[in-house]
Amino acid sequence: MEKSRIVMDRQGLDRTLKRIAYEILEKNQGVEGLAFVGIRTRGVFLAQRIRDKIGQTEKIEIPIGILDITLYRDDLKSAQSRPVLGKTDIPFSIDGQKVVLFDDVLFTGRTIRAAMDALIDFGRPKMIQLAVLIDRGHRELPITADFVGKSLPSSLWEAVSVHLTEKDGIDEVIIEKNE
Amino acid sequence: MKLHRKDILGIKELSVDEINLILETADSFVEVSTREIKKVPTLRGKTIITLFYEPSTRTRTSFEIAAKRLSADTISISSSTSSVVKGETLIDTAKNLESMNPDLIVIRHSAAGAPHMIAGVLNEPVINAGDGAHEHPTQALLDMMTIRSIKGKLAGLKVAIVGDISHSRVARSNIYGLTKMGASVHLAGPATMIPYGIENMGVVVHTQIEEAIRDADVVMALRIQTEREKQCIFPSLREYARHFSLNRRNIGSAAKDVLIMHPGPVNRGIEISPDLAESANSVILQQVTNGVAVRMALLYLLAGGNA
Repeated sequence: MEKSRIVMDRQGLDRTLKRIAYEILEKNQGVEGLAFVGIRTRGVFLAQRIRDKIGQTEKIEIPIGILDITLYRDDLKSAQSRPVLGKTDIPFSIDGQKVVLFDDVLFTGRTIRAAMDALIDFGRPKMIQLAVLIDRGHRELPITADFVGKSLPSSLWEAVSVHLTEKDGIDEVIIEKNE
Repeated sequence: MKLHRKDILGIKELSVDEINLILETADSFVEVSTREIKKVPTLRGKTIITLFYEPSTRTRTSFEIAAKRLSADTISISSSTSSVVKGETLIDTAKNLESMNPDLIVIRHSAAGAPHMIAGVLNEPVINAGDGAHEHPTQALLDMMTIRSIKGKLAGLKVAIVGDISHSRVARSNIYGLTKMGASVHLAGPATMIPYGIENMGVVVHTQIEEAIRDADVVMALRIQTEREKQCIFPSLREYARHFSLNRRNIGSAAKDVLIMHPGPVNRGIEISPDLAESANSVILQQVTNGVAVRMALLYLLAGGNA
């Protein structure tokens, strides 16, 4: 059996993001009061791409913030070394905004828990929604995404990797067997 | 990349990669202090003790603010109000504090090597907040962070350090750090304040302030440390100021966008003229702001966990 297989290619990814863009518009009845926050690093690129897609039909530019959740992680106590801390940059007030959080893969839900705690330190959003490219199951916390690119039931012995051109030079989602 | 050490005792032993990691982490922490709620939960449940055997406002406040913004609990001990006045030794004090299970200890002491000594007997990380005329690593890190954030780099810059080099732990730590990072460091001060053989640290020594300052990208004035000057090393403060004070006239030969720095506390009119300290080129207060971020970075990298 092959060690890795592609579950979404460039065209598939683009179509999926287009659909998520329309779903976000539909659910929120437009872009009024919307703000995007991408979780470092691939969530940021997903947020930017969907913002650009929405920008083709809507007049208003949706603000984008960048969130690094490292300082809110629940596994810092046991981590063998400190994860490298990236910059957080949310250059607008999230008070009363409908914030859509973006991440590449939804897995245990712990990253999203950390992200929500971080967001709430920045203000009181009217609502937090979650958009992910891949939902691979295995939740350890009661968290569900509002917008899912693809549900990908996976085994714990597999790794799901999202590659985006901005960071990895290619657009694809692959599943790899962990030895 | 991680810090492969328990303690931060000096810049001398840090590698370029480690300095870069600390500075980059510090850059990321700047944002936390600009939030409305200036607190992240990272070090919740950790206890940090600051043990100061010498006076301090900036460094101690900076460490405490840094710790509190990371949600750690802080206890500060000053020698004047502790059992030190009853004659307890440094190691006994340290061992007793350790028995109360702190997670990190910050120490400032007038004796060079004191932090190294207690780091050797304690299991917790120790950060040197200044030991005698030896090292002041967090000051050098915040200075490098300030220069890098404005100039975009450290390598290739000309940095002049002016004043009492022999008594200055700030100068020593900065010389270690800046030369490691590829800056060229020029010193100037009265001959009695330039230690013999300091050229071996990779610096250029000048006797005239103008030569050190010429085309400099950064000029750092050092504090005249009246408390450490036991013997008479210059005739008078006025004479020192006449030859080595930074002022509008001598700064003119530096680069147009020169950064003027001072580790504080400033003796106005002695190391630097008051108008220069408040000029657009002065980043003295930015140094203080960055100090909190650098110390947050070090506490984050050292405290807690099993790392």
